Amino acid sequence: MTTNTIAEVKNPILSLNDLSIAYDKNYAVKNVSVEIKKNTVTAIMGPSGCGKSTLLRALNRMHELYENITTEGEALLNGKNIYEMPAIKLRRHMGMVFQRPNPFPTMSIYDNVIAGYKLNGIRTKKVERDEIVERSLRDVALWDEVKDSLFKKGTFLSGGQQQRLCIARALAFSPEVILMDEPTSALDPIATAKIEDLLVKLKEHYTIVLVTHNMSQAARISDYSLFMYLGELVEYGKTKNMFTNPIDPRTEEYLTGKFG
Amino acid sequence: MESIDILKSQDHSSGRLLKDKLVLGAVIVLSLITISPIILIIWKLVVEGYRQISLDFLIENTPDTFEAMTAVANGELIPGGIANGIVGTLLMVILASALAIPIGILTGIYLYENQGSFMANITRDISDILQGVPSIVLGLISYLWIVKHITMGFSALAGSVSLAIMMLPMIVRSTEETLKMIPESLKEAALALGVPYHKVILRVLIPTGFSGLITGILLGISRILGETAPLMLTALGSSMINLDMTKPTSAIPLLIWEFYNDPNMVGLIWSSSLLLMAMILVLNLVSKQIVAKRR
Repeated sequence: MTTNTIAEVKNPILSLNDLSIAYDKNYAVKNVSVEIKKNTVTAIMGPSGCGKSTLLRALNRMHELYENITTEGEALLNGKNIYEMPAIKLRRHMGMVFQRPNPFPTMSIYDNVIAGYKLNGIRTKKVERDEIVERSLRDVALWDEVKDSLFKKGTFLSGGQQQRLCIARALAFSPEVILMDEPTSALDPIATAKIEDLLVKLKEHYTIVLVTHNMSQAARISDYSLFMYLGELVEYGKTKNMFTNPIDPRTEEYLTGKFG
Repeated sequence: MESIDILKSQDHSSGRLLKDKLVLGAVIVLSLITISPIILIIWKLVVEGYRQISLDFLIENTPDTFEAMTAVANGELIPGGIANGIVGTLLMVILASALAIPIGILTGIYLYENQGSFMANITRDISDILQGVPSIVLGLISYLWIVKHITMGFSALAGSVSLAIMMLPMIVRSTEETLKMIPESLKEAALALGVPYHKVILRVLIPTGFSGLITGILLGISRILGETAPLMLTALGSSMINLDMTKPTSAIPLLIWEFYNDPNMVGLIWSSSLLLMAMILVLNLVSKQIVAKRR
């Protein structure tokens, strides 16, 4: 019943083995085993409450902020168990982008991009900082729009620009994986399209794991898809195959809009 | 048929308009009643007090009774000023703030971080009760703790401690409320960048809520600036400028009380009150300004 392992992955960047997460002994994620390939976009789909956000947050251990959480099984980043390394170090390798743009309101655009270094007290030379800011903003196609107003507050930007700024902030550390929790759900269609284009470009250098409510978004931009239902991983495979020829009847029902 | 309907409805509407006007009139009259005391107070203070306000008033000590009596008898202005009170008030308010602000902010952060925990709830309740304790009782406590046991006599330190206790719950509350208003998503953004928890508080939450914290502090200061009762039991008063924390010290509200009790000094009540009111008004306006900027 568990996993459909069509996607055989060589040298996965992330591998989850029997990962389970429970809040107060209620399992939100049950025995998920998945291997995620480098330089791909992997979408996690499923109806509300299926555990997709919890699974995503477990990958950079943000789920530990909730109380009474238990984590079983293991998750390996390049072969190292993430639950055995310091959460603070892990999070610098796993950038995260949230549902709503959340730039720091007290900081300028420049400082927002460099915030990971500044807040952690990592010393860098001005030249390096300038370079990181420019590279990150170019990566998210925001550089041309903001290069003349780098020292204005990040909150003056439009919603879509703010979200790209938040992606740039996550990119500044050159993370190995970028986790995205419905990054376009608060944006209009044009801003959404820009972010989607961006993700397709970003996968050349990064691995992206994306939680999405939007099936057509998953179909448009993801290479691999996970379908989760009630905490279980129902199906995992190449997005193309899953959308054209789903194996599990629940996946088919969800994709054809019979529930969800 | 239709025209009659229209007439009727017009009748109704004119009745409603009348009611509307009546209510508007009542609102205006009641608002005027609300603001009239403060306007009358300021008017009285300015009219009675402005003549005494001069440079001397700010830099000279209080005159003795005899000097004041002579001046009053000759129909002159009372010589001297309230420099001892101004310096004493500043000294005690600064020390009280130095005691209350760090403790208050740390407690506020604790309450924010431990919503719903037993200790936090108890702390919050006690802090709320503290806010309701009459200031004279705080003066008594400070008298017992500091005057009797530490400075062995009335002192500025004892006054500061009683003022600090008054200020503490206000700062605790405003810190907690300010932090609660900061969206959770900002905290998450910082944590997701691998920022350690204490740095998230110090470098993200506090700067983001900075104006709220400052507003709470300014309101706390303006609250203790005019406190008299606890100072009577702790700082006592002094006719000279005193900078020694262990010695009796004057304060503007204490002087107002002293002037009231001395028939020759009554002329100084108004100018001292005017100065105190002006200080508090400025603090209130500044904090309003900060709140407005934040929006």
